[in-house]
Amino acid sequence: MAMADSTTLPTPEKVEKSKGYWSGVGHRLVRDPLTMFCLAVVAALILSAAFAPYLGLADPYKGSMIARLKPIGAPGYPLGTDEQGRDMLARLIYGGRLTLFIGLMPVVIAFFAGSVLGITAGYVGGLTNTIIMRTIDVFFAFPSVLLAIAISGALGAGITNSLVSLTIVFIPPITRVAEAVTSGVRKLDYIDAARATGANAWTVIRVHVIGNVLSPIFVYATSLTSVCMILAAGLSFLGIGVRPPEPEWGLMLNTLRSVIYVNPWLSALPGVMIFVTSLCLNLLSDGLRSAMNVRD
Amino acid sequence: MTKLLEMKNLNVRFKGKRTVHAINDVSLSMDQGETLALLGESGSGKSVTLKTLLGLLPPKRSQIDGSIHVNGVDIMSLRGRALQRYRGGEVSMVFQEPALALDPVYTIGHQIAESVMRHKGVDKANAMSTALDMLDRVRIPSANRRLHNYPHELSGGMRQRVMIALALACRPRLLLADEPTTALDATVQIQILLLLRELQKEFGMGVIFVTHDIGVAVEISERVAVMYAGQIIEEGTTHEIIRDARHPYTQGLLAANLHDVARGERLSAIPGAPPALEARPDSCPFAPRCPVAMPECRADLPPMLAPGDRRRVACLRAAQPIAAE
Repeated sequence: MAMADSTTLPTPEKVEKSKGYWSGVGHRLVRDPLTMFCLAVVAALILSAAFAPYLGLADPYKGSMIARLKPIGAPGYPLGTDEQGRDMLARLIYGGRLTLFIGLMPVVIAFFAGSVLGITAGYVGGLTNTIIMRTIDVFFAFPSVLLAIAISGALGAGITNSLVSLTIVFIPPITRVAEAVTSGVRKLDYIDAARATGANAWTVIRVHVIGNVLSPIFVYATSLTSVCMILAAGLSFLGIGVRPPEPEWGLMLNTLRSVIYVNPWLSALPGVMIFVTSLCLNLLSDGLRSAMNVRD
Repeated sequence: MTKLLEMKNLNVRFKGKRTVHAINDVSLSMDQGETLALLGESGSGKSVTLKTLLGLLPPKRSQIDGSIHVNGVDIMSLRGRALQRYRGGEVSMVFQEPALALDPVYTIGHQIAESVMRHKGVDKANAMSTALDMLDRVRIPSANRRLHNYPHELSGGMRQRVMIALALACRPRLLLADEPTTALDATVQIQILLLLRELQKEFGMGVIFVTHDIGVAVEISERVAVMYAGQIIEEGTTHEIIRDARHPYTQGLLAANLHDVARGERLSAIPGAPPALEARPDSCPFAPRCPVAMPECRADLPPMLAPGDRRRVACLRAAQPIAAE
């Protein structure tokens, strides 16, 4: 018999420490230059927005009638001034605070709410699934932009209302993805195998279901952040999001729209910020998807 | 000594859009440390029998009657904690597809340790060294490194070894093996069979080995039970089944092999297909395909004959040669 020579048991060695899942993800991320670059851009945007008051910038609210619409590169105004003479650099960086907050928070909240709903629907199945999923389907009847505008319009302008309406917009797609992934995982052998080794329902969900569905849901949610940012900017642009004089990229795009023939470069700046941020978030989510996939 | 397994008149019905009578009046008993092969084709109820033994069938859609005792404990009455201790502790299972039965997002060491921690109540470090010991026992080379591998980093044969290590980590009294070698290629198959046989002797546990491959059944088991249409139609020691198969279905299975067949000649096969189990069989389920069927076979269920100790066969013909003499 081929295996006879190896039947004697070696003395139990000491178990080596495992490297862990997240260090593996980190390793793969570091080796991906494009993702690292996007990560750096997003980090820079978030950090500059968070520490805006300590950067020695001009007051983003203080206007000046004589310094209106200075071009980019004017002395004292590196990115020029807007139609009320407010420093554009300061407004763009301060604007990042609100824009990123409204762009990210709804997705974060919707990620938790949608995951709970979707995993419940997918794992329990039956009537529970029907009730949750058919309710979700109602929201799919409306295009997401229209739904956000309708809810914001009904609730009235304001930051909180924008947050609420965007969260409601993003719960259905996340729930649907969570449900699809979960009901796929639920039928697999390793769920039965876990039960066969004596795992209770809670352990099966917590360890084997969530462990397998969370990363696809997470990656999907990161891809929604850029959409959410653009929607938030769109709401402000339409005047049903953030109200002036708060600096916010969408709102700034709206107010600078009127001077597009006077100083086109200036009015494009908030749009460039939105574009760069959403592009980087998208590329980052692609990079995360491949880094978090341990299977191949 | 109490019987390892005592299954009496087990009936399993699946309800839904259509009812399926998956298991019909199956009785089975096993002594401690015995190896039994459940032999039968797809849909004959082998896997359902195993899942019933572990209580893995969906409770809403399945109706289970009869009694199952494992080591004297009535497992049909087990609920909650007791059921979880029984699953994996007393009885555990090796699945057919090791690629699907291991969770892809955890390392194999983690998965074995998880089960050990649950049953033995030890801490993670101890559970990991048990996992390492189990990987050594299933002859996985450089186990210490393999412990931190994900299932996709291992070959099929290696994964099945891990699956066996996982099933045996808590020293069950009874191991259920659901076609554990079907998904593997032939050379790996025999290694896994030899390994299972060795471990069975080493641990002194009972094994129910489900297979559709009569060669595998002969290789591994002391006793064979042949299933057809959710019933056991013949049971005996492996020797008795090979030398003296009484049921025409078993005879057909034994004849349908590749040995002694001339090149170009058609392989012998059993014509027809197994019956759909939408209604409970009220006559011999094999009669439509049986070369020696009699009118009586189609009239009533054949009686279970017991030509010897722990030897049984459900066929009217099986009694005849003796009657004719």
